[in-house]
Amino acid sequence: MAHIPDGILSAPVLIGGGVVAAAGVALGLRRLDDRMIPRTAILAAAFFAGSLVAVPVGPASVHLLLAALMGIMLGTATFPAVLVALLLQALLFGFGGLTTLGINTVNIALPGVVFGMMLGPVIRATERPALRFAAGALAGALAVLGTGGLVALSLWMSSSDYTPVASVVIATYLPLALGEAFVTAAIVSFLARVQPDALRPVAP
Amino acid sequence: MTLPQDLRLRLVGAFLVIASLSQLRTLAVAGAALAAVMLFAAWSRPEPRLWRRLVHVEGFLLLLFATLPFTLPGRPLFTFGPLTASVEGVERAMLIAAKVSASVLLLMAMLGSVEPARLGSALRGLYVPETMVRVFVLTARYLALIRDEARRLHEAMVMRGFRPRSNRHTWRSYGHLVGMLLVRALARAQRVEEAMLCRGYEGRFPRLGQPAPAARDWAGFGVAVALSAAVTLADRL
Repeated sequence: MAHIPDGILSAPVLIGGGVVAAAGVALGLRRLDDRMIPRTAILAAAFFAGSLVAVPVGPASVHLLLAALMGIMLGTATFPAVLVALLLQALLFGFGGLTTLGINTVNIALPGVVFGMMLGPVIRATERPALRFAAGALAGALAVLGTGGLVALSLWMSSSDYTPVASVVIATYLPLALGEAFVTAAIVSFLARVQPDALRPVAP
Repeated sequence: MTLPQDLRLRLVGAFLVIASLSQLRTLAVAGAALAAVMLFAAWSRPEPRLWRRLVHVEGFLLLLFATLPFTLPGRPLFTFGPLTASVEGVERAMLIAAKVSASVLLLMAMLGSVEPARLGSALRGLYVPETMVRVFVLTARYLALIRDEARRLHEAMVMRGFRPRSNRHTWRSYGHLVGMLLVRALARAQRVEEAMLCRGYEGRFPRLGQPAPAARDWAGFGVAVALSAAVTLADRL
């Protein structure tokens, strides 16, 4: 639902998104050790597969973004991972678009990296499961709301005609934020019990 | 119109045409472009999947279609309770619908049949950074495997009586599902890396030289460029 298709956004927004995405991807690639490439790629595939699960929230059914978890586990390598997932999504299923690859990458990866790297240290360091759960939930919810905000911003900057829609778009992200918060918290707690070093970021 | 068989040209061509379609401003041109794309799609690959994809629209697109007629000022078309729909608003919604549908159809028709594994060398040929291409190729390679793994885990949950509902138990169970998927992915990554090292992987894949595009491919690419220039001109003039 965060995939803006081709044909909606204006050229300046698309180009700006492309430039920011390129900067993020370049940063992620530069910090990515060559030896970590298989790990990054296979984790990206796992996140993609995880985001295809339909999770019921209230009367709706949502697909997870898992961006905060990617931020925690991949660090800045989240940018290339999200770009790859979006390109595959466009090629395999026709979702999203070609011209919007850049802006969609930014909208999904940037909040994930920011909140994942902000709350990641707490999640890794704490000994208290309740605090870890709360930090994971907070990261998941904030990243989704950040994505919703960026999607609304992209629409709002593209055309003044979209302004009424842009303000409603954020509201549609609330169910996803709720589901994502609980699932992210559960994943983080699970990994901390089962394989704690999985929570170390692949690229700082 | 023949599609360039050379993947580099096909990618760039598809990007150019979709980029010009996505920036159209007049309904007549966008409608004509949609009709042309539908003809092209029907002629090249009449797979039912293609048409089903059109029916699916993103949530906020529905929101756009629902609100644009009522929020754009202009000549009134009809009233719906206290709301008045404007001709301009309805036209704008139709313009967006035409552009989005044409872009999706073209994307599926031009690139839907491309195997992601083959795309790696094409991307490398377009000067995408080597590391990026390696991540892409490996993700494309393992996605199907990991999706199968996710499906098996999910089936096992259902066999044990799991029914997804909107409650914390469901969310925790899905959290465990994704967590297990990640643990297995990490173990798989370890095995893959060791296997690659055993076979002499030293940080890069051997570069397979790509043959130069054939004249036919350049012709198809030229048609794509000409079409995108033509729709843009027709739109702006």
